[in-house]
Amino acid sequence: MIEEKFFKYLMAVFTYSLIGLLFLILYEIFKKGFPALSWDMISQVPKGGFYFGKEGGILNAIVGSLYLALGASLLSILISLPVAIFISISLVKYEKWQHIIRLILDLLWGVPPIVYGAFMFSIMLSFGMKASLLAGIITIALLITPVMIRAMDEVLRNIPLGLLESSLSLGATRFETAVIFFRQALPGIATAFLLGFAKGVGDTAAVLFTVGYTDYIPRSVMEPAATLPLSIFFQLSSPIEEVKARAYAAAVVLTGIILIISVFSRYLSSRVSKNTIS
Amino acid sequence: MNVAPEVLHTDTKNVAAPATILDISSLWVSHHEQQILKNINLKIPKGRITAFLGPSGCGKTTLLKSINRLTDLHSGMKVTGSIKLNGNEILTAGNNLSDLRQKMGLLSQRPYPLPMNIFDNIAFGLKIQGIKNKTEIAHRVEKHLKQAAIWDEVKDRLKSPATKLSIGQQQRLCLARGLAVNPEVILADEPTSALDPISSRKIEEQFQELKNDYTIILVTHILRQAKWLADNIVFMYMGAVIEQGNPDQIFNHPQSDILKNYLSDSH
Repeated sequence: MIEEKFFKYLMAVFTYSLIGLLFLILYEIFKKGFPALSWDMISQVPKGGFYFGKEGGILNAIVGSLYLALGASLLSILISLPVAIFISISLVKYEKWQHIIRLILDLLWGVPPIVYGAFMFSIMLSFGMKASLLAGIITIALLITPVMIRAMDEVLRNIPLGLLESSLSLGATRFETAVIFFRQALPGIATAFLLGFAKGVGDTAAVLFTVGYTDYIPRSVMEPAATLPLSIFFQLSSPIEEVKARAYAAAVVLTGIILIISVFSRYLSSRVSKNTIS
Repeated sequence: MNVAPEVLHTDTKNVAAPATILDISSLWVSHHEQQILKNINLKIPKGRITAFLGPSGCGKTTLLKSINRLTDLHSGMKVTGSIKLNGNEILTAGNNLSDLRQKMGLLSQRPYPLPMNIFDNIAFGLKIQGIKNKTEIAHRVEKHLKQAAIWDEVKDRLKSPATKLSIGQQQRLCLARGLAVNPEVILADEPTSALDPISSRKIEEQFQELKNDYTIILVTHILRQAKWLADNIVFMYMGAVIEQGNPDQIFNHPQSDILKNYLSDSH
């Protein structure tokens, strides 16, 4: 059939273009950023004149981003896990409620990060709080919590009813059943966590007003922190070529972190899923 | 039409009728306006195999799930009437629901091993009951795996994931898991429907052995299985009990036209 062939090739072209696009982006970043990448770049904080092409590195932004993403993911999972379990187990008989809560979470998911940033900024103002790591962690946590809840909720609702029946038939209480569900959902939960982490590392807009920027590594959550996306932004807007090249080097670092997280999450979920039923 | 037909052969002509373990009376179950079970009145004899026989959709699985209140999991499911286990009402049981459910092990259509290793699958139920002594747990795990005739196949790999077992082995593991909580009744919902003939045979043989110590309720639509295993057969159709009796009464002397048709269609 000619149509069948046509659409098959059309789909193939789009699929491979997408893969090609990924490699094109990676190629661009690596081509421009790799020459500027050095040990100093990832092991030192900016020295005087760094933004004019002098010595120093982006350790402040690397550490700042990792603190921010880790803090936000941990805070978010503390909220998300009980909520996801509540929606998919405790509300199992109240389909309407489940539906409404899921809809609200999906709407929250669609709210642009800058809105979260502005919202948090207005709260910070009313409390007289300055831009700080803590404010950033809370903002990013707010941003990624709906995604995390929905990711875990999807995992939990795909658990077969038979497993719930089996657990209850053994006389397990709701808590013991939740533990069973947790084990079954562990690969999905790990993936949700890393998904939130990757989003937290890479997000720019939400932290623009809330985290601030600094050349130092924060020593407490009340201090401002630098982040990789903002570091890229500042360096890329410089007219000096050397500084621009460093922006691409910072992009290499950011991409590297996200790639490592993705690969690690795949590995982790295949490790822990050996016990789960399909 | 919500009136159940009159039940024929209500009593088997056994000289010494066995004690009743489950007493179901005036049980009506509906799901969103649809009547699933209509006025079920049954006495399940203790220490026997009772088979719920009937075509798909006749309500036999719902009846089974009402017995250990898994019907609670469905919104819109309304259960009225009375189910008594050893004289204790199940339908109004509140806090002791877990205890009641422990008295009834469930074997579902396909096995759902818990997401843990083989040993822990059995130990889970023991731990729920508050058993902490490791030697006792190990001893009991072995005992129940032997009861389900799977010990020899798994004794060298107790720490490997339960999901690595074949589906037939998983079903026997689930049987062992159910036995570990010391149930009085085993509720088996078409336990062989996902299994190959050899695995099915093993489950059936286990049932023959277990019936000395447990009351077994077996939901099935396989005539051969009911004939071979059951002491007491309950034939259901469209949410009602049509006939009840021993295999000879049901298979050789059916009274109602519905059962006669069912038997002749199935041959």
